[in-house]
Amino acid sequence: MKPFAYAHPGDVAEAVRDVAAEPNAVFLAGGTNLVDHLKLGIATPDLVVDVRTLTSREVTDLPDGGLRLGAASTNSEVAADRRVRERYPVLAQALLAGATGQLRNMATTGGNPLQRTRCVYFGDVTTPCNKREPGSGCSAVGGYTRYLAVLGVPAALPDPTAPETCIATHPSDMAVALAALDAQVQVLGPAGTRTIPFGELHRLVGDDPSTDTTLEHGELITSIDLPPLPAGTRSSYRKVRDRASYAYALVSVAAVVSGDDVRIALGGVAHKPWRATRAEELLRGRPLTDHAVRAAMDAELAGAQPQPGVGGGNGFKIPLAARTVVATLRELTSEATR
Amino acid sequence: MTDLLEPRAIGQSLVRRDGEQKVRGTATYAFETPVEHPAYAHPVQATIARGRVTAMDTAAAQALDGVLAVLTPFTAERLASVEDAEYAVLQSPDVAFRGQLIGVVVAETSEVARQAADAIAVTYAEQPHDSELRTDRPDLYAPEQVNAGHPTDVVDGDVEAAMRSAEVTVDHTYQTQMLHNNPIEPHATVALWEPGADVPLTLWDSTQGVHPDRAAVSEVFGLDEEQVRVVCPYVGGGFGSKGNPHANVMLTTMAARALPGRPVKLALTRQQMFFLTGYRTPTIQRMQLAADHRGRLQAIAIDVVEQTSKVKEFAEQTGVPTRMMYASPNRRSTHRLAPLDVPIPSWMRAPGECPGMFGPEVALDELAVELGIDPVRLRIVNEPEVDPDTGKPWSSRHLVECLRDGAHRFDWDSRGPGRRREGDWFVGCGVASSVYPTMRQATSTATVRHSNGRYTVEIGAADLGTGAWTILPQIAADALDADVADVEVRIGDTRYPTASVAGGSSGTNTWGSAIVQAAREFRGKYGADPRDGDEASGDVDQASPNEDHAAYAFGAQFAEVRVHADTGEIRLPRLLGVFACGRIINPRTARSQLIGGMTMGMSMALHENSVFDTRIGQVANHDLAEYHISVNADVQQIEAHWLDEHDPYVNVMGAKGIGEIGITGTAAAVVNAVHHATGVRVRSLPVTLDKLLPGLP
Amino acid sequence: MDAEISLRVDGESHRLTVDTRTTLLDALRERLGNTSPKKGCDHGQCGACTVLLDGQRSLICLALAVAHDGAEITTADGLAPAGELHPVQQAFLEQDAFQCGYCTPGQVCSAVGVLDEVARGWPSHVTEDLTGDVELSDAEVSERMSGNLCRCAAYENITPAVQQAGAR
Repeated sequence: MKPFAYAHPGDVAEAVRDVAAEPNAVFLAGGTNLVDHLKLGIATPDLVVDVRTLTSREVTDLPDGGLRLGAASTNSEVAADRRVRERYPVLAQALLAGATGQLRNMATTGGNPLQRTRCVYFGDVTTPCNKREPGSGCSAVGGYTRYLAVLGVPAALPDPTAPETCIATHPSDMAVALAALDAQVQVLGPAGTRTIPFGELHRLVGDDPSTDTTLEHGELITSIDLPPLPAGTRSSYRKVRDRASYAYALVSVAAVVSGDDVRIALGGVAHKPWRATRAEELLRGRPLTDHAVRAAMDAELAGAQPQPGVGGGNGFKIPLAARTVVATLRELTSEATR
Repeated sequence: MTDLLEPRAIGQSLVRRDGEQKVRGTATYAFETPVEHPAYAHPVQATIARGRVTAMDTAAAQALDGVLAVLTPFTAERLASVEDAEYAVLQSPDVAFRGQLIGVVVAETSEVARQAADAIAVTYAEQPHDSELRTDRPDLYAPEQVNAGHPTDVVDGDVEAAMRSAEVTVDHTYQTQMLHNNPIEPHATVALWEPGADVPLTLWDSTQGVHPDRAAVSEVFGLDEEQVRVVCPYVGGGFGSKGNPHANVMLTTMAARALPGRPVKLALTRQQMFFLTGYRTPTIQRMQLAADHRGRLQAIAIDVVEQTSKVKEFAEQTGVPTRMMYASPNRRSTHRLAPLDVPIPSWMRAPGECPGMFGPEVALDELAVELGIDPVRLRIVNEPEVDPDTGKPWSSRHLVECLRDGAHRFDWDSRGPGRRREGDWFVGCGVASSVYPTMRQATSTATVRHSNGRYTVEIGAADLGTGAWTILPQIAADALDADVADVEVRIGDTRYPTASVAGGSSGTNTWGSAIVQAAREFRGKYGADPRDGDEASGDVDQASPNEDHAAYAFGAQFAEVRVHADTGEIRLPRLLGVFACGRIINPRTARSQLIGGMTMGMSMALHENSVFDTRIGQVANHDLAEYHISVNADVQQIEAHWLDEHDPYVNVMGAKGIGEIGITGTAAAVVNAVHHATGVRVRSLPVTLDKLLPGLP
Repeated sequence: MDAEISLRVDGESHRLTVDTRTTLLDALRERLGNTSPKKGCDHGQCGACTVLLDGQRSLICLALAVAHDGAEITTADGLAPAGELHPVQQAFLEQDAFQCGYCTPGQVCSAVGVLDEVARGWPSHVTEDLTGDVELSDAEVSERMSGNLCRCAAYENITPAVQQAGAR
């Protein structure tokens, strides 16, 4: 671990100034991802700016009927909040499907969506990785791809030597729910505040695998707002994993059904939480029969690229994603008719 | 035949003697030993799979504040013995596998040691490596023998002819995966080198045997055994990986010798353990079964291909249980090794029996399906009267009783024909047999001393969670005819008499026999009313040997599996084992051993998998986030039962080993249950949802 | 880079100098000589380092000491005075809810946290009705204790131990 300076400023404005002024500075909140990466040599900051006690830890009602989650609220606290449990079960379930009780007591609203990929090659500094070391290549192509992407990747075996190649997935469960809820991210940066629609917070790889989000250097998430949902909205989160608990998603589904409108986000399949917009369009206003959902998901997944590799590859995720969405929507609609 | 000890303390469910310290966290494991002014070491590992280190630039590391020593293959001391290539650390710049130790940094703090190790720039002359296990490799070879001294190949009769003429045959290939022991306590050592002292080298090491550990270190460093003391009162798990020392122990010792008088602490990181502390080789098992229409085996054959490292051979005895489990006139078992540029495989809980009870026990299930015979019955009709391997009578064998008792407890007969659906889940049940040999090691000595009405028993044994701290006093108390509360047993230090490794489920048999000998010597010499300071010792080799009987523990495991109809997720609501493993010394700790083994077997069946990336020559998923061992939520109901088995041949306690049998056969029972639930036959472990999805509606 | 911090560990106050890189786990184990919390993976993947940090079960291998100046920490050793045992510890002993003992202090602290979280009505992944009350079923205990790996696999005994302590 490289030495670094530590700062614990008096308020968020000062924290933002501190980070903005030092190109190799990072924010520290719950620490569950950053400290891990400091030890592995993945993160090598010169300055760590502690914001854990600076942003709000509260969950507050918004005038429009939504909820504001302070950036320092912990995953446990948000999942336990009665309003979240009653109005946004998809978020409570996603949080509770993530990590463990101990980690949820540490991880924060602001930090969780910014956690980085769990690709094993990203986590191993002895192997090339375009995300960790731009231009070094992608070790994951043809390697251990079980937890890696099938959507938003250009081919079944993209060129591992190309600088833009990356088949990483985003590991957060919370982020998948927030994507389906069309949450709004409140940000404070050197240039002031701005609001980012959650769907625009994370990037696809594009030509820059090293950048996960659209946040500028020095920008800090201060809260995440949940918009109000129409009366009668039903939502849920379904995570499919290799262990019954304490495992990243192979595939996860966040589904929100309000009247004719259905919103579907997928986890474990892409570089960002994947809104299944094509399937949503096909399903809008139609009865959510297994058959219709299946057809819509087939259309959504038509461009999916299975990644072969050691241990069997990840092509199974394509049928698994479709089947999981079918099962999730079936359960949501059967609840409604019960 | 032996008259067994009359059980008084034996058979009692005593609470662990080390329990209070363990629930408080005050039991001191190796790294935690309080020592004066420790220094911290961090290893440097090769990042190529084969080749040579051409240079190591250590200037930046050495310049860091707090760095005390940097050792590389170019600067390290020359060892007295390099016979064991695993222990020849830093003796040559050659790299034989990725992750091999190529240096160590010692510093005032652990943070600086790690930073300095990262700061060493290494240049290599890299050579192509080859780390892929395949059955068509031209370089497969037959080792001289396989682990535990078993012959490599055994052929009896003509399997091929039987396969041609039999009414029913099964011929499939099964694979078990690479597995890592992953005790939760990392491999760790504190080493202190004091050149002028009577005992110049002291190691507080996490080991399953202080004496074998000492023997290995003494030889490598050219010391007399009396010049080395190894201490290890508590071991945070090992499951075989701490059965013999690995290279990290030699590296820590070497680091300490570079800093005389200064205790040096080194704990491997979890990631490093995937390269340096052994693992279970993946195995490929071709199984052939031939049977008549009633299921009686006409032939059974297992041909195993598995890997070893090129630098040091380890040959897992995977085919061995097939030699003795079932009766058959024609039999074959062979082992071939692929020598690869990979880390060195070693012992992991039930080496041989664990992977070796997968292929055969699944193949039997396939045969049962083929014949339309109940798989419990199929096993019963193939019960051998004597050991098919040696022709010796059994010291005791109650497999059939285990199967019957288990089937009754499990309500096996209500399992139905298969593919039963309950709501969103397919439900099925499977069975497999378990086996583990009853072994006694050749050397172990115990002493008994009396003082003030109390007895102190000393033996350099180890308790890696097995319960030795608690059950050895129970044995000693009955052998001395004393109250167990008046017996103190001291273990885990080479200052105590020599003891064998805690391995092969041999601890109770070996150490217990030595303790009983010592107790009998003591009573023989001093009678029932000894004086303070009276002392006697006894050796395991004085105990009556069991050469005329084949001695094994047996068991039967039953699994209920649920498979989600949409996602293929697999749950195991129930696992039930019935074992015939001699007399149980302490039901409380014994049950823990058995359910622990069964749970690890379930973990092997469903979760664990060291995915080897053959392109770079390392385990891709080398940490505990990616290498999944079962968590609490995976366990719903695991039951271990045992028969009241009387075996007068194994030892004077009538006890068989129980540490390993629980993991044997479990994976097969799970795979068989998955087949019963879904109709999908998985022949390679682990069983994961991706293997089931194509077979689901 | 060094920093001076204070910690209250098991009721005792300490002032100590740490590297900014030092985790709370290493501060306890290597600076203060409190080895009750264990290091099993050092990356938040096993749970052996679980303690109560400012009252909540937390993994201190992922907590920088410098960021927790003034923290109150209770390890398994601090749950009960010397010579006594916390009800969770007593239940672990009676149920034989451990073998090698290395993950045990973390399991014990985690269990104390679980019982507190259930008492506060916090739901879990297996809570059927998120809007209802939480019952301490075996499935609830197992899910909530899943952040503590036990390689000896005492899970079958850990769950009843937590239930036993919770029933008091």
